[in-house]
Amino acid sequence: MDYFAQQLINGLVLGSIYGLIAIGYTMVYGIVGMINFAHGDIFMIGGFIALISFLMLVSFGLTAVPVILLIVLLVSMAITALYGWTVERIAYRPLRHSFRLAPMLSAIGMSFVLSNFSQVAQGARVKPVPPVITGGYTLHHSADGFVVRLSNIQIVVVLTTIALLAIFTWLVSRTRLGRDMRACEQDQTMAALLGVDVDRTISMTFVIGAALAAVAGMMYLLYYGLVDFFMGFVAGIKAFTAAVLGGIGSLPGAMLGGLAIGLIETFWSAYFSVEYKDVAAFSILIVVLIFMPTGLLGRPEVEKV
Amino acid sequence: MSGADHILSVDQLSMRFGGIVAVNALSFEAQRRNITALIGPNGAGKTTVFNCITGFYKPTGGTMRLASESGPIALERLNDFRISKQAKVARTFQNIRLFPGMTVLENLMVAQHNTLMRASGLTFLGLLGVPSWRAAEKRAIEHATFWLNRIGLYDRADDAAGNLAYGDQRRLEIARAMCTEPALLCLDEPAAGLNARESAALSELLLSIRAEQGTSILLIEHDMSVVMEISDHVVVMDYGVKIAEGTPNEVRDDPRVIAAYLGADEEEAIAVMESDN
Amino acid sequence: MGHVTASPTDHKQPRGRIAFILKKALISAFVALVLFSLMIGIRTEAGPTGQLIYWTRFGELASIVAIVFAGSIVIELARQWLGPAGASLLVPAPVQNGLATAGRYIAPALLIFTVLVPVIFYHQRYILDLGILVLTYVMLGWGLNVVVGLAGLLDLGYVAFYAVGAYSYALFATTFGLSFWICLPIAGILASLWGVMLGFPVLRLRGDYLAIVTLAFGEIIRLVITNWQSLTGGPNGISSIPRPTLFGLPLLPGPNGLAAKLGIAFDPTHRLVFLFYIILAMALLTNWVTIRLRRLPIGRAWEALREDEVACRALGINTTTTKLTAFATGALFGGFAGAFFATRQGFISPESFTFQESALVLAIVVLGGMGSQLGVALAALTMIGGFELFRGLEQYRMLVFGVAMVLLMIWRPRGLIGHRAPTVYLKQAQTISSDLVKEGHG
Repeated sequence: MDYFAQQLINGLVLGSIYGLIAIGYTMVYGIVGMINFAHGDIFMIGGFIALISFLMLVSFGLTAVPVILLIVLLVSMAITALYGWTVERIAYRPLRHSFRLAPMLSAIGMSFVLSNFSQVAQGARVKPVPPVITGGYTLHHSADGFVVRLSNIQIVVVLTTIALLAIFTWLVSRTRLGRDMRACEQDQTMAALLGVDVDRTISMTFVIGAALAAVAGMMYLLYYGLVDFFMGFVAGIKAFTAAVLGGIGSLPGAMLGGLAIGLIETFWSAYFSVEYKDVAAFSILIVVLIFMPTGLLGRPEVEKV
Repeated sequence: MSGADHILSVDQLSMRFGGIVAVNALSFEAQRRNITALIGPNGAGKTTVFNCITGFYKPTGGTMRLASESGPIALERLNDFRISKQAKVARTFQNIRLFPGMTVLENLMVAQHNTLMRASGLTFLGLLGVPSWRAAEKRAIEHATFWLNRIGLYDRADDAAGNLAYGDQRRLEIARAMCTEPALLCLDEPAAGLNARESAALSELLLSIRAEQGTSILLIEHDMSVVMEISDHVVVMDYGVKIAEGTPNEVRDDPRVIAAYLGADEEEAIAVMESDN
Repeated sequence: MGHVTASPTDHKQPRGRIAFILKKALISAFVALVLFSLMIGIRTEAGPTGQLIYWTRFGELASIVAIVFAGSIVIELARQWLGPAGASLLVPAPVQNGLATAGRYIAPALLIFTVLVPVIFYHQRYILDLGILVLTYVMLGWGLNVVVGLAGLLDLGYVAFYAVGAYSYALFATTFGLSFWICLPIAGILASLWGVMLGFPVLRLRGDYLAIVTLAFGEIIRLVITNWQSLTGGPNGISSIPRPTLFGLPLLPGPNGLAAKLGIAFDPTHRLVFLFYIILAMALLTNWVTIRLRRLPIGRAWEALREDEVACRALGINTTTTKLTAFATGALFGGFAGAFFATRQGFISPESFTFQESALVLAIVVLGGMGSQLGVALAALTMIGGFELFRGLEQYRMLVFGVAMVLLMIWRPRGLIGHRAPTVYLKQAQTISSDLVKEGHG
């Protein structure tokens, strides 16, 4: 029972990270109808930026951990958002009216560019970082000596996620930008005719998605203590699975899906086998897309003949 | 109509999409070798009925019985391609669905897919170039050529279908449907976008199809000149239900039909009718 | 450059134009500075004691920003010089027509040249090796072309069939001692079965969803191969895979070898030449089968499926079997190629079957102009040849590949060959421009 509880905690934390990435996928798919293959690598870039800025701040002599973390958060969000903006501008915008295949292949190309850029720029080896946030709370001592722990870093991840979700939900439902985004999702041409700056709205969608992915990257760095240039690929597919599971185009769905995937992955590793945990995630993607393509919270589509 | 030979009997057909009832307990019959028109204002549910008949939607209620050569077939139980293959029901679409990157001739060859597949021995005999396959291919090209001549596109046979003028594309779509040698041909607004001359040519084509091939035709149409000229029987729909049916003249004078199209209530429509006379 | 806007600079005075270009370049340079400040300016590494160390590379950062600045100016100038018509002006119409007519002679000439390669380059192992590699990818390209180019089904997991073919042959050959020629059809059939198994679940999926599910299938195969150590040897792979024999005679030195039986001196190049002609024959078989299938109802159904699936159903075509046969056929050729790969290398491991391979083969098919046999062959030659130029600079290879993919999509998404040849005609076969041909939605 305690083992289960621990896995539950771990799964929810992992799921929060996936959820943050999944939001980027679902927003982009909702507004331009494409799977942003490069989004997973944006997450990876976010992790690297967090790593490097963290290193810089520490070497400048800063010691106050909350200050460091806040600065790292803002810096990595800002720079990664710029990466997201640049990718959209260079590789997707010119193809917006092109054939359906073109943006996807361009995205795959961009994915290779980002991951290999990272490899070339920072070397192929995994980069470790010492634990920044330590300590935690012991929740329960079980009879056979197993300890259920809730670590501080886990609390930080979940709280950050909740805070960002709140800000972001406010953004989408209350601000002008959010309205524009929803309008473009429904009918781009009509939105343009009504005065919405479609280009800017789409750009902002990518920017926000990238910023959230950066947060996920930083959380990943703090939680697992390492980054490597290839972590975007598998995480990206899992996060996309989460977005589809929750219902593509639905923001609460993306978070829900993320939590679900995090839990499934954690429980699978704990109770079945660690080696095949990625296979489990990919299989879920296949199963969901075949049997439940609209996901848990999505809207069903009727084929127009 | 006792003693009549119905090719298609639609009985209590219903189609719901979530909370919306697009077609509500629709019943009508189409006679063999007749041209039956399905008319009604926009949104009446006509294309939905078509999609049910041709297997693109699964109706939520009712039956559609096709009297084929080998006995009655329940269309509501057949899925998509089988409706064309087994029940011999062919259709065209409101927004033309040709194969734009293939030539006119290729389009007509694709229509004869099932015949050619059998003749090619599920591809294997075809790979070997067996004489029976070559003969079958030749026959298929001749069949296609026959239809090309019927619609006047023989000279455009090797042009890309996507390059044809709109009216030619419409006729090609009909010819392509006819290449499947259907018993029932369903046409979804075949005259849409055609000018008067082209509409007249279309009417002539459909009449000749009925006369020479003996195909029964079911069509959705807004162009009343075409409907009046060629239909043997007209069914009028509005808001998913049948509101009238009969010969073209009967339907034209029916006040309920006029009201449906004009949106006026019945007394006004009758007043208009009486003032006309 | 599909998005055409009326450029405000068209009416500006030259001074205004210069200011505009400079402004754009400065913005680009600034963006580059921000993007690369940390990633290039600072270089981190895991230090000797496991902690993180770093050093600065501000010189390199400055040069990159300068290059972006200069490059931005160049691109802006080129864009203004070419005008809205864009890159199509780079290749003027007469040249395009000339290339089209020359196209009829390229294919036979290329074929003759390829057949003679081992003769011309007999003593250059490097060229023969490269030739074998190119031909392997040509065959893979032609195989994937059936799925993506003809049937319009977006397959991002083609490497799975390659892997199934390779591992089938490796396992059958090392476990049962069967010869290459017996294992080849087995490998193809097993890959084909996997193709059908992949096809069934994805029948109703379209476009991006179909693509990502095929990607997932490909990854699953790789993960299973990596982790099922008892069967596949896991990350260590399978080694000592036997080489093909000619009528049972191995190409080895010694009295039992082919050379001894023929009474000629043994030369290791023999085996290389033998392999070259094997893959050439396999590729040509793939090509011949594809061309014939295009003219048969099944091939026409594949292309019709790509053009408009709904219309296919309305014409009585069983789209399910059509899709499955496309997957099965593509998988069959992928499996054959995989078996050849295993026998050529003598050793296989999961590292050879990553998503990057699928992306590479897909890029070859798209670059070639989907559906065009000659285009795919030329594209394979270009890509693999291009990759070879990066010998020694392998780090940058995938980076350049990614950039090339993006540029290709922006500039020429329809590929090198801009037209489709019809499979039947009454009077004269007129090629159809790629603009009309649909690319398929899965």
